[in-house]
Amino acid sequence: MKLLTNKTTRSNTITYAVVVISFVLLQLWSGAGMSSSLKGMLVPICAYVVMALSLNLTVGVLGELSLGHAGFMSVGAFTGTTAAMALAQSIPSDGLRLAIAMVVGALFAAIAGFLIGIPVLRLRGDYLAIVTLAFGEIIKSIFTNLYVGFDGGLRVSLLSNQTGIADNDLIIRGPMGIGGITKISTFVAGFVLIMLTLIVIFNLVNSRSGRAIMALRDNRIAAESVGIPVTKYKMMAFVISAALAGAAGTLFGLNYSTVVANKFDFNTSILILVFVVLGGQGRMLGSIIAAAALTILPEVLREFADYRMLVYAIVLILVMIFTNNPTIKGFFTRLFSKKQEGGANQ
Amino acid sequence: MSETPILECRRLGIDFGGLTAVDEFDLTVGRREIAGLIGPNGAGKTTVFNLLTKVYKPTRGTIMLDGVDTHGMTTVQVNRAGIARTFQNIRLFNNLTVEDNVKLGQHNHINYGLWSGLFRLPSYWREEKAAHERALDLLSIFDMQDMADAKAGSLPYGAQRRLEIVRALATEPKILLLDEPAAGMNPSETAELMENIRKIRDTFSIAVLLIEHDMKLVMGICENITVVNFGKIIAKGTAEQIQNDPVVIEAYLGKKEA
Ligand SMILES: Nc1ncnc2c1ncn2[C@@H]1O[C@H](COP(=O)(O)OP(=O)(O)O)[C@@H](O)[C@H]1O
Ligand SMILES: [Mg+2]
Repeated sequence: MKLLTNKTTRSNTITYAVVVISFVLLQLWSGAGMSSSLKGMLVPICAYVVMALSLNLTVGVLGELSLGHAGFMSVGAFTGTTAAMALAQSIPSDGLRLAIAMVVGALFAAIAGFLIGIPVLRLRGDYLAIVTLAFGEIIKSIFTNLYVGFDGGLRVSLLSNQTGIADNDLIIRGPMGIGGITKISTFVAGFVLIMLTLIVIFNLVNSRSGRAIMALRDNRIAAESVGIPVTKYKMMAFVISAALAGAAGTLFGLNYSTVVANKFDFNTSILILVFVVLGGQGRMLGSIIAAAALTILPEVLREFADYRMLVYAIVLILVMIFTNNPTIKGFFTRLFSKKQEGGANQ
Repeated sequence: MSETPILECRRLGIDFGGLTAVDEFDLTVGRREIAGLIGPNGAGKTTVFNLLTKVYKPTRGTIMLDGVDTHGMTTVQVNRAGIARTFQNIRLFNNLTVEDNVKLGQHNHINYGLWSGLFRLPSYWREEKAAHERALDLLSIFDMQDMADAKAGSLPYGAQRRLEIVRALATEPKILLLDEPAAGMNPSETAELMENIRKIRDTFSIAVLLIEHDMKLVMGICENITVVNFGKIIAKGTAEQIQNDPVVIEAYLGKKEA
């Protein structure tokens, strides 16, 4: 059946395949002599890959610049981790608790995405970028000043601890964030989240709603002229992007013993944007490669000590050349005999 | 009593700051009529289309579409109510395929939502299959079905203009507004386009209002022609009446030769 354009289907299949094969190889390696520092990076890599993919939905597919994507990761990290800790007694299974926590994280991030989307999506270009930037900072201040405890029910207070629960027994402790987390995130969970993210994005892009989102990117006036409501589809892309980032945040948060709001600052937002730009807007495989390579790199580069930043810069340039250079892209196109040709939507 | 016209504008007007771009604009387009809107450059023709499609909000006057006042409607609502258009400066979804461009025209006639799409439920497959077949059908009007997988932005100029018409048709309009559809086409392409516009009117039983610079095209297929200059109507009538109207000759043709 020639229902979907073959090129797109093939390119998506390659992306799924790369993720599955990488997962299998890394999984085998981690059971056979992978350094413990590298092992510790597996979950963060997955989280950053999902962050890059989800931001690519906003930047590459919807065509809007967002500078506050770490804010959604933060929402997901704090709410998901809180949920996991509050449910520690009632749901003993780590896997199930992690899954539920991720759903909670995604849900809260989606709500945050919706609320910020109401004013933001009426703005265009630079204004949108500035407001998303502000959003990221606001989220950071909120979680720096938030106190949440659980004594059968959730107790929440802002600015100082008025929950009636002793500081040490709180889940979220203001500037100190969340401590004493039971690490339940696993590489397998990270892999599953990446696969789910890809399925959501690819299926969206190849559906009626996804087409409408890309139409807004290509020509808003023409989109309206064929009866496509702008705000609805902008909001849809923005909220889905936020939800995926929230799930990634939960995965990330539950991989450490502590989570603090400062971890999800402007620098993190920019870093994720760098993954997307380097990997190519709208190109999901590019985002995956860029996010994985640049997350792992500082770790690998420890050995280079003084030359670390130099090598980092060189690798950055190489990634850019490999993912965006038309000649090299053309080379791979020929190599895979027309299999490449851009990502989900180009 | 005759049936309601498909489109009826009364004393339509718009000001941009101090500039009155369109004023006292009256126009009636009947069912299955091919009507023409001509006038020198900057006369306000495109502005009329932008008023009809609510890209601009009229400063005064009314627009009735199939007997319904479109006052307060948005561009999206007006399209759903039955007005589709093409653009003088082509506005395609350049990074999407030709087929996707047409499917976007069908957007409001494809019946499945976000979740069916995300989870590929049966309605997704059924509706996408129907949309695919419909898109190829529509493309075949202009013999473009072989280009379905090409990027819209990569098409030659003439094909882009035709694709815009197909995309507009896909919205299932009651009236199709064409803004200089033959611009940039050679005489044989133009002749073919004229044939196709007639064919579209006959097959889909819709009205067509077209802006054109190519006098031959307008005179050849338009049953009624409205001439505007400086935002105001200076003449109305059949091709023959227009051609012999001294005011038109002076304002339009005379000016063109100057
Ligand atoms: N958005 C706008 N703001 C200011 N002036 C406009 C705008 N749109 C059109 N105009 C003016 O209205 C007049 C008619 O333009 P237009 O409708 O494009 O003419 P044409 O008959 O060539 O299609 C021109 O003088 C143009 O400069
Ligand atoms: Mg014009």
